[in-house]
Amino acid sequence: MSIKMWVRGWILLIALANLTACQHGMQPVAFHDDGYPSKLSDWHVVEARDGMLQMNQGVVPYELNTPLFTDYAHKLRTIWMPKSTSAKYNPTDTFDFPVGTIISKTFFYPLPKDGARHATDVARTYDTSRDFAGPGQGLELANIHLIETRLLVRRKDGWVAIPYVWNADQTDAMLARTGDVQALTLVGDDGERENFNYVVPDQSQCVSCHAHDWTTRALQPIGPKARHLNRSYPYADGDENELVHLTRVGYLTGAPAPADAPRNANWMDTHASFDARARAYLDINCGHCHNPKGAANTTGLTLDISTPEDRHIGICKPPTAAGQGTGDHLFDIVPGHPDDSIVPYRLGSAEPGTMMPEIGRSTVHKEGLALIKAWIAAQSGDCVVLH
Amino acid sequence: MRKIHILMALSLLLPACGHQENAAQSQNDASFESKLEQRLLDAKPGSVIDIPAGHYTLKRGLSLRTNGVTIRGAGMDKTVLSFKGQIVGPEGLLVNADDFTIENLAIEDTMGDALKINQGRNITIHGLRIEWTDGPKSTNGAYGLYPVKTQNVLVEDSVVIGASDAGIYVGQSNTIVVRRNRAEQNVAGIEIENSVNADVYDNTATKNTGGILVFNMPNLSQAGHATRVFHNKVFANNTANFARKGAAVASVPAGSGVVVNSNDKVEIFDNDVADNQTANVIISSYFSTNYYNKLGVAADYNPYPKGIYVYSNRFKGGGNSPDGLALKTLKAAVYGINGSFPDVLWDGYVDPKDQASSPSPDDRICIQDANGVLDADGPHGYKNPTTDTKPFQCSLPKLPPVALNPEPKV
Repeated sequence: MSIKMWVRGWILLIALANLTACQHGMQPVAFHDDGYPSKLSDWHVVEARDGMLQMNQGVVPYELNTPLFTDYAHKLRTIWMPKSTSAKYNPTDTFDFPVGTIISKTFFYPLPKDGARHATDVARTYDTSRDFAGPGQGLELANIHLIETRLLVRRKDGWVAIPYVWNADQTDAMLARTGDVQALTLVGDDGERENFNYVVPDQSQCVSCHAHDWTTRALQPIGPKARHLNRSYPYADGDENELVHLTRVGYLTGAPAPADAPRNANWMDTHASFDARARAYLDINCGHCHNPKGAANTTGLTLDISTPEDRHIGICKPPTAAGQGTGDHLFDIVPGHPDDSIVPYRLGSAEPGTMMPEIGRSTVHKEGLALIKAWIAAQSGDCVVLH
Repeated sequence: MRKIHILMALSLLLPACGHQENAAQSQNDASFESKLEQRLLDAKPGSVIDIPAGHYTLKRGLSLRTNGVTIRGAGMDKTVLSFKGQIVGPEGLLVNADDFTIENLAIEDTMGDALKINQGRNITIHGLRIEWTDGPKSTNGAYGLYPVKTQNVLVEDSVVIGASDAGIYVGQSNTIVVRRNRAEQNVAGIEIENSVNADVYDNTATKNTGGILVFNMPNLSQAGHATRVFHNKVFANNTANFARKGAAVASVPAGSGVVVNSNDKVEIFDNDVADNQTANVIISSYFSTNYYNKLGVAADYNPYPKGIYVYSNRFKGGGNSPDGLALKTLKAAVYGINGSFPDVLWDGYVDPKDQASSPSPDDRICIQDANGVLDADGPHGYKNPTTDTKPFQCSLPKLPPVALNPEPKV
């Protein structure tokens, strides 16, 4: 049996399974080609059932090598496509997804381990071991607090972003086109507490990041690119590279072997170079605006992965419109001098008008900031002013 | 008497609270905010979003992404959107859309820029008031009215007060009219940057650090040229520079009237320029900003102002108390302790290409009807300044007026 036939047979099996049984009693995934359904559960992508946030049949979870920082929230990302459709691989850009694709991203926090706590306390931790019920399974609701689920839906005329906010009972998430603000307290592994406003973006703010090109203003998913997905994921039937897995289940065509696909570093991987880690971090946190066509192409500063490591990425570059965001520093990056550089100054601020990214967080990502500082500290060169 | 005691006690308590908590938002304001946001989301081409008179406190920046929308208040002192205590920003209103009109309302105290229009054609801003109500502070938002990468832009009959960078800042745009505005107590009153074909007229710029600026910055999508600054009142722009270091305008000395930096084809005429204590007109190069360095500036960037034509202005006073030790020393050396800089100060940087052979006639700096020009000799640290006006006695072809197309309907 050729591989192609084997894949076809596999798809057939999945299709049959879809027909004969519902996953966890869920209705089949419903793609709405118009409007804004009032509840997340109207889509049947992820649902709170039996103490878990369950993923429906055909809903495939994925992670990114280096994710966007969102106030230390943990995230469950999923992708679903209609039967017999698949995305086309692209080595640099977002994959070309078929009409009907639904991408979901659920933002949640593990609960602090201590018994005594306030209802608005959430854990600040990188430990994900209590999040999932098991490999390839849904989230264990007893251990987490669900905040919001954002959907990106590929309709005939393009992608649409639809935000949902989880109710207090954690039974469903409700449409929140104008976003939400929730006062929460991060509780560190060491017990340290930090009050902050968790901000659910409004629908228009979704576009701020997802419109990769501010002239066409068309939305795009940011994560599903080869360099972010070229990594392993613990699926129910074992660990597998995400590009391989998506190809195997029929969701992706044209992908090369993982070794031949680009791969961003994991920003926390201490075996990788500062350079690779910092560039991956800047790519996912800044590159959606700071690219040649994005919202921040007014600044002359580009931070996506393809940017050469020169003035374009900020080396000795005078700021253009930073305003009070300069922090009295003269250049975006002064090699060897992170504390004289604007980029870490703005990453280290949580004040609107000063902080970068402009939206999407209310707290400072200490570990991310430390990485960028270390990266700049290791650079050489000088910004001697000419007269 | 008792009341006074209580007030005193309260006023003593206030500073002791330390970190200022964000003011609570009333139920009414919260519901106004979410309704307004919903209207912006639901707007269709042709929609008019009327905002009735009232003072509204908003916690989150607004945004609009639909073409052909008009936002209209009941007047710049009647409809007030206050962002004091804003928690989500950075702007007051961010627009990424064509055929946009906004008129007759006020935006106050935004953490970042008040109104930013990023990429759009046919933009009309009419009768707005933008204000940071605590006066000039470096923590104020950077820009008041900020169209960037826009085409066919009209900014008129508006007032901007307190921006920590530029009050009205049109950047990387084409075909621009800025008229009948008042810019006060900003670092830069009005700034045209990396823009092509701009007319700036009938404006009043006073009490800023610099009144009207025409700049070209490096590393951007286009180099600016062809700006006419005429029939403005630019007086007493002597507010100490309160921009944070690193910002382009942080290099502007307090007491600057009209400043051209590294831009080309700028015509300055028929203005009333008075009492700007560094100089009524400054013509300078990017070298004088102290940011020029080899690694950080694109090699094709041209830092030399070329084709600058200053004539028929009415100058009065000014130049008597320049900002900063270097300029004070220069003034004293050339004009004496009680003397003044002349109407026009030029930093003296010349394109090396033009030093060998004289510049092409259209690239010259021509100055008429001024009481003098000082070539400050910036390249040599002001060592050999000269006051000879002969090199500037020339004229340049006049620029055509800017014609907005289509004409705005306001």
